[in-house]
Amino acid sequence: MSAITPDDVAHLARLARLELTADELDHYAAQLDVIVSSVARVSEVAADDVPPTSHPLPLVNVTRPDVARPGLGAADALAGAPAVEDDRFRVPRILDQD
Amino acid sequence: MPTSPIDADLIRQSATVLAAAIAAGEVSSREVVQAHLDRIGEVDEAVHAFLHVTAHEALETADTVDAKRAAGDPLGPLAGVPLALKDVLAMRGVPTTCGSRILEGWRPPYDATVVERLRDADVVILGKTNMDEFAMGSSTEHSAFGPTRNPWDLERIPGGSGGGSAAAVAAFEAPLAVGTDTGGSIRQPAAVTGTVGVKPTYGGVSRYGLVALASSLDQAGPCARTVLDAAHLHAVIAGHDPRDSTSIDAAVPDVIAAAQRGDVRGMRVGLVRQLDGEGYAPGVRQRFAEAVEILTHLGAEIVEVDCPHFEYALGAYYLILPSEASSNLARFDGMRYGLRAGDGSDASVESVMSATREAGFGAEVKRRIMLGTYALSSGYYDAYYGQAQKVRTLIRRDFDAAFDKADVLISPTAPTTAFRLGEKLDDPLAMYLNDIATIPVNLAGNAAMSLPIGLSPDDGLPVGLQIMAPAMADDRLYRAGAAVEGALYDRWGHLLIEEAPAL
Repeated sequence: MSAITPDDVAHLARLARLELTADELDHYAAQLDVIVSSVARVSEVAADDVPPTSHPLPLVNVTRPDVARPGLGAADALAGAPAVEDDRFRVPRILDQD
Repeated sequence: MPTSPIDADLIRQSATVLAAAIAAGEVSSREVVQAHLDRIGEVDEAVHAFLHVTAHEALETADTVDAKRAAGDPLGPLAGVPLALKDVLAMRGVPTTCGSRILEGWRPPYDATVVERLRDADVVILGKTNMDEFAMGSSTEHSAFGPTRNPWDLERIPGGSGGGSAAAVAAFEAPLAVGTDTGGSIRQPAAVTGTVGVKPTYGGVSRYGLVALASSLDQAGPCARTVLDAAHLHAVIAGHDPRDSTSIDAAVPDVIAAAQRGDVRGMRVGLVRQLDGEGYAPGVRQRFAEAVEILTHLGAEIVEVDCPHFEYALGAYYLILPSEASSNLARFDGMRYGLRAGDGSDASVESVMSATREAGFGAEVKRRIMLGTYALSSGYYDAYYGQAQKVRTLIRRDFDAAFDKADVLISPTAPTTAFRLGEKLDDPLAMYLNDIATIPVNLAGNAAMSLPIGLSPDDGLPVGLQIMAPAMADDRLYRAGAAVEGALYDRWGHLLIEEAPAL
């Protein structure tokens, strides 16, 4: 298992949309390395023929009757929005300018 | 335990006694609620169990309950009894922060199912309790709004993530609280504050309106000072909810009858070899050994069980939880609710998201988001997340085998008593080790309780006993828990919490 470098952390932070500072990159690199080496112990277990468990309950295809129910109105849905325009969420531009 | 007549010291009464006294008209809900609001006013500056107190709404609800009673209308099972709600459950119109700056000021437009059920039971919600940010932590120090302090020693942690709920109950600010338990966040705080906490079977209590940390592990449950009080709250909040697809569509085990029965004669109690010994403090082990003696004396049959894969539980948990959390917390993007940072005419959606998350999340949340992102990355997925899911299967099989030999399993709840604030704050691995005994249950999805079994001779701080039961056998926790609690009450003449120093 290779050590986690500040560059690796910068990559992870980009994927996770976290704008970390240089200090944070160094700090987290050291800490994540310690944590990952510790949790990597799970690989010691011989489990090739063991099925994975993603969920403790063996429930599948849980549905409810297809009946319309009232949902949140616009006023409720927008009440906590950081920016609202024309009764909609106002968001920053989603495309680059060029 | 004797039920003492209602007296002036309303804050020291159990929820069971308060509910009966309110129903009988011996005391009004307003008096009970006001007494607890006064207590919060006196001690919460020091304890900091609450992030938000809903005093006005609480008194209004109390008056409604008193009016219903006066009119002879039917009352809910815990009518008029106050409760503290962990700040991870949505409550309409009331700030819900999850201990994070990213949700500061957000007021949910809907109630969680747990909140709906509390309202239906005429429970009076006093406010929202402090927690580690998004329930990531074992000390409440990762709250963006400052730590909660342990009522037994204000320089020590109250456990986490539900330290606020446990401390509110331990400090007599509320007889009941709701917590959530993803890796031990109800049980470990209960252990270190000398209170009772239960993680129900996964799917036993609806997750609708519970802000998700790790969806396959999260479960809400009761916090109280007695086993019977916890049972009454369990019965109120549990049960099938069509709005949670993982909710169990079956009758809730009769936890109240089990707590009232409190008899372990003939019960097979399994000692888990892997959850004792090295890493557990001598004082914790001593009290645990005494609890085993008590169970033997009460007529339980003690057997030893092996759960060889438990030693990999911590590793599996810290791969599965961050993976689910990094995905769940992607919703906090500064677009539809909560904080937005770096907005401006030139800003792009990506730069605003990254700036918002950088400003809004604390250190532990960032650590776990990156850990999860790493574990789910292509090239690592099979070795980490995939392997952790297989280990999860092996842990379930260990439990299945153990429950063939025993009706319940026991262990210390936490390896140590409450540690000092700051001691493990920047040492994530040391912090994670606190949950070594509680995590296997979350991975397997079955039920567990922590209850106080005395003070550690090492430092005079509370020690908790963990009782584990198979899925949907939550009643066994209450049966065994009430038996141990009753035996200790007979020995001491009071509950352990009565020994906590005055605040």
